[in-house]
Amino acid sequence: MKYLRSWLLPAIALLVAFAVGALMMKIQGANPFVAYKSLFTSAFGSSAGIAKTLGKATPLIISGLAVTICLRAGLFNIGVQGQLLAGALASAWAGYAIKGLPTIIHLPLALLFGVFFGALTGIIAGALKAFRGVHEVITTIMLNSIVLQLGEYLAYGPFKEPGQQLARTPEVLNSAKIPQIFGMPLGFFLGVALAVIAWWVFKTTTSGFRMETVGRNKSAAWYAGISVKRSILISMFVGGALAGLGGAIETLGVVGRYEPAFNGGIGFDGITIALLGRANPLAVIPGSILFGGMRGAGASMQFTAGVSPDIIDLILAIVLFLVTAPLIGKMIKSIRDTEQITTGGWGN
Amino acid sequence: MRSRWLMFAITFIAILYFYMRDSLVTTSVIGTAITFGLPLAMAAMVGIMCERTGIVNIGIEGTLLVSSFVGFFTASASGNLILGLISAVAMGAISGLLLSLLAVTWKMDQIIAGTIINILATGLTSFFYKQGHTIPSTFPEVDIPGLSSIPFFGPVLFMHGPLTYTGIILIFVLWVALYKTPWGLRSRAVGEHPSSADTAGVSVIKLRYLNVAIAGAFGGLAGAYLTLELVGSWDRGFSAGKGFTALALMIFGRWNPIGALGAAIFFGTAQAVTNQLMITQVVTIPQQFTNMLPYVLTILILAISAGKVRAPAAEGQPYEKEQA
Amino acid sequence: MSTLLELTNITKTYPGVVANENISLSVNKGEIVALLGENGAGKSTLVKAVFGLVRPDSGEIRIKGDLIAAGDTAAAINHGVGMVHQHFQLVPVMSVTENIILGDEPRRGIFIDKKKAREEVVALSQRYGLEVDPDAIVEDLPVGMQQRIEILKALRKDVDLLILDEPTAVLTPQEIEELLGVIKNLASTGVGVLFITHKLREVMAVADRVVVLRNGKTAGATTPQETNEEGLAQLMVGRNVVLQVDKSDAVKQGIVLSIRDLQANDDRKHTAVDGFSLDVHAGEIMGIAGVEGNGQRELVEAICGMRPRLMGSVLVDGQETPDMAPHKVHRMGISHIPEDREKHGLVASYSIEDNLVLNQFDQPPFANGWIRNATALEQNATNLVENFDIRTPSIKTTAGALSGGNKQKVVVARELSQNTKVVVAAQPTRGVDVGSIEFIHKQLVSARDNGAAVLLVSAELDEILSLSDRIAVMFGGKIVAILDGKDADRAKIGRMMAGLAS
Repeated sequence: MKYLRSWLLPAIALLVAFAVGALMMKIQGANPFVAYKSLFTSAFGSSAGIAKTLGKATPLIISGLAVTICLRAGLFNIGVQGQLLAGALASAWAGYAIKGLPTIIHLPLALLFGVFFGALTGIIAGALKAFRGVHEVITTIMLNSIVLQLGEYLAYGPFKEPGQQLARTPEVLNSAKIPQIFGMPLGFFLGVALAVIAWWVFKTTTSGFRMETVGRNKSAAWYAGISVKRSILISMFVGGALAGLGGAIETLGVVGRYEPAFNGGIGFDGITIALLGRANPLAVIPGSILFGGMRGAGASMQFTAGVSPDIIDLILAIVLFLVTAPLIGKMIKSIRDTEQITTGGWGN
Repeated sequence: MRSRWLMFAITFIAILYFYMRDSLVTTSVIGTAITFGLPLAMAAMVGIMCERTGIVNIGIEGTLLVSSFVGFFTASASGNLILGLISAVAMGAISGLLLSLLAVTWKMDQIIAGTIINILATGLTSFFYKQGHTIPSTFPEVDIPGLSSIPFFGPVLFMHGPLTYTGIILIFVLWVALYKTPWGLRSRAVGEHPSSADTAGVSVIKLRYLNVAIAGAFGGLAGAYLTLELVGSWDRGFSAGKGFTALALMIFGRWNPIGALGAAIFFGTAQAVTNQLMITQVVTIPQQFTNMLPYVLTILILAISAGKVRAPAAEGQPYEKEQA
Repeated sequence: MSTLLELTNITKTYPGVVANENISLSVNKGEIVALLGENGAGKSTLVKAVFGLVRPDSGEIRIKGDLIAAGDTAAAINHGVGMVHQHFQLVPVMSVTENIILGDEPRRGIFIDKKKAREEVVALSQRYGLEVDPDAIVEDLPVGMQQRIEILKALRKDVDLLILDEPTAVLTPQEIEELLGVIKNLASTGVGVLFITHKLREVMAVADRVVVLRNGKTAGATTPQETNEEGLAQLMVGRNVVLQVDKSDAVKQGIVLSIRDLQANDDRKHTAVDGFSLDVHAGEIMGIAGVEGNGQRELVEAICGMRPRLMGSVLVDGQETPDMAPHKVHRMGISHIPEDREKHGLVASYSIEDNLVLNQFDQPPFANGWIRNATALEQNATNLVENFDIRTPSIKTTAGALSGGNKQKVVVARELSQNTKVVVAAQPTRGVDVGSIEFIHKQLVSARDNGAAVLLVSAELDEILSLSDRIAVMFGGKIVAILDGKDADRAKIGRMMAGLAS
């Protein structure tokens, strides 16, 4: 019964959001049915479409997972965008600047660069929270912008591809690119595996229990001997690492370099997916497939029906609003006992 | 406490020093500081009004975005700046009411509620944005006769646009209201210990709705200022993190309107000084590092002050009557 | 109109619990009506309905003959009702004056008239003989003083009906006498008083009529002339209540817990524990008697490693326990039943199963290294639920859904089922129904009989008197006397609790 409830709500929200989107399209003079049809056939209707959908879904799964893990630990990590960019940048550099290595070493190394720098970005916010009590919402958003500016500087400057007007890094060497398996992006399956692992860790391990306890009741956790500071640091580290990995996968598997105009909204979609999934690692999988499909097929909507892909932003925003709003308020007495997402005040 | 007096003293001495060296430039820099700092201060007022009454509002960014958008396009379509102003303020109040609905009535986690407002604001403004619109002009500078000829203080304080004056005046009004009127006492009580107010006959729900709506209107004024007086245009991502910086300033200013104003001006000064250094090429730093400055400063401010502050005790917790 | 308050058939249910069922009650001018009942009987819910803090599902509330709408606090206030709440309704960061004028501030134009406000507070405090400092900040004041402010706040407007919800919780026996005197005076001037308590003594001393609630229903109504304390207790619980705990003599062994010259501050950095020294033997229950606010909470926290020890030491079996490391202290053999079970004792959204291993989740058999052992968890929970009489639909139920008494039993089960040398029980039966109180008392005695040293800290003098083998009286952060349980004399201890020489 609980599972039915948790699927029903997002499904209804989705329908309502699509209806609102249709209304907007009508106002603009476009045909919603044509638009939606092309959206879905493009995303799910062919194996090429599915490959693209999954490809788009990959960084979404991973960043959604990053936010989810932090939520479980009681932290609202909305800096996945910055952590992702840091990972993308670092892996791009490792991909083009380190020469002469075989793929079997180069690729994991480049990925590791991404993971490391993402984790670094995350842990800055984590340390500020653990040691200075600064709320992660503000620090992570600030870090987003800082990383963005840093990346732009590097792409225009020291890391710039020689002989090019555009600001971007040189293309990564073949030895660092992620191959496809049967035409399907490898990264996606890695993402799914990570989600399952995360779910399992929370369910059956002592580390997962520690983190979760800190997320639900810091005082009781401290009293039970759990180090609250350590949980905060670890979860921001892991969150940042995952986001960095997502950025690295996107760079090494799809884009092939770092460009300042890189993937504007992945991090924020990750937040939405995590909230929709109520901080359940497994729920990130279907959520990211849905988002990935819609984002990937946005262009086709423009092409066939003349509808700007921005409408997807609107539809997704409405879905989030509907899912987290009224029904939760009423169900909160029962849900709060089982699946709590609360993030607390400023100095705590 | 001591460290803040030290800060003021250093700032004062520094300004005096630079004024002696080059009065024209110093005046212009400080004047610019106010221009930069004011929208942040007004946005911080939004935060203060909400949090003092017990509602955490991280949707200020969304409020700024959506009210500046509405203000700009209304002014553009109608050719009338005043209309733009009114619509921006109204939109701000509406976003405040939305937050109240989510946080007070539906009792959602307030940080999630604020995030939703931000995401909605981004989605709506992206979707309805059309390039190429312009407004006839911005709100002109109004020099206050007599006062504006005072050396240093004249240009710095009395040669600004109407919205700037309004903003500064309202900040002082808020300060007085918060600490010297019944409304202020009750609002603060609601933010510290809502059941005490409730048992004294004050309606917690009504007061929260009222304050958050007024706060939203404040945010609308800030949005209007940004687009109709300062910049004169609108683009995606217009608010650029100001809503979050405002929160940092609020915390640094200890939830006190004058404190936040001071922090905002300090912030604005840092930006103005950096600009000045860039223009005169005293220091050449890549553009991006200058852009980073506000964000880095925000983090520094918080790192220094955040851990030791005391937020209004009841903020973030939805009020349930039957808990008294 | 001599009937000030008339409640007719008030019913209020919460999910799973009927708090009030068809309760009718009236209070007349100049009358003191005591509302008696054990914890959870529904007394607070009922009076909160009068004051608009709780909305009844059905029933009528009439004040001075006028029908009052549910939830209308303002109407209650306007009809001359004043209320002193069990949990103080004061704003900690504001001054005494600000707290008292809140909601009805004297004005000068649109501003608050601060001078007039202060004058009003001074006049008020003199009129009722309750001295307060108008400019003090509430959170800096001791609890007894805060109670006075709460009372003054209620008396500020000319009230016709005064409701007091457990007003004597944090007063010394002498202050209680004074308060009862104030109440009698008010009644003689025509004010009607509705007075909630669970202390039989007070009821017999001051009430004109008594209404007893049990499990949400009216169990009976009587007057002090027609009954006595035992009779009231019987009405409260519905059966013969043993007011004394049945226990055999203590078999005292060696010293297990040794506290030496302990010093600790409270949250406001004032000295709370001031050179506290005590030895507790295995096989005895040492009760710490004292009015709340004399450092008991800080003492317990310092012993258990939750509050910094500025000086002094705490030894278990001769070994020094570490500072600020609650878990390590626990491992050395000190079990703790915390005062604030919601904050430190339980994670409300976790299942009973998980809560029962909260401080040993990573120990075998509950975990093999990194992996938790679901079977062991289940086994443990099933056993403990049975042995400790925890009433719950299943071991997977979330702890937050349990009643206060059952929540406490979860904590007690967890702490007492581990082989402990010392049990520190802080307010172990606060907010707990009588059945669970009896059970918990039995468990404490049985822990003692199994050789543990039990340190019982309680604000309920009766609990201390009935359970303790030895009693230490705490005042001003230190021990002022230690007596044998058998020699305990209520009046003598009461004086010591107030800091007076016996």
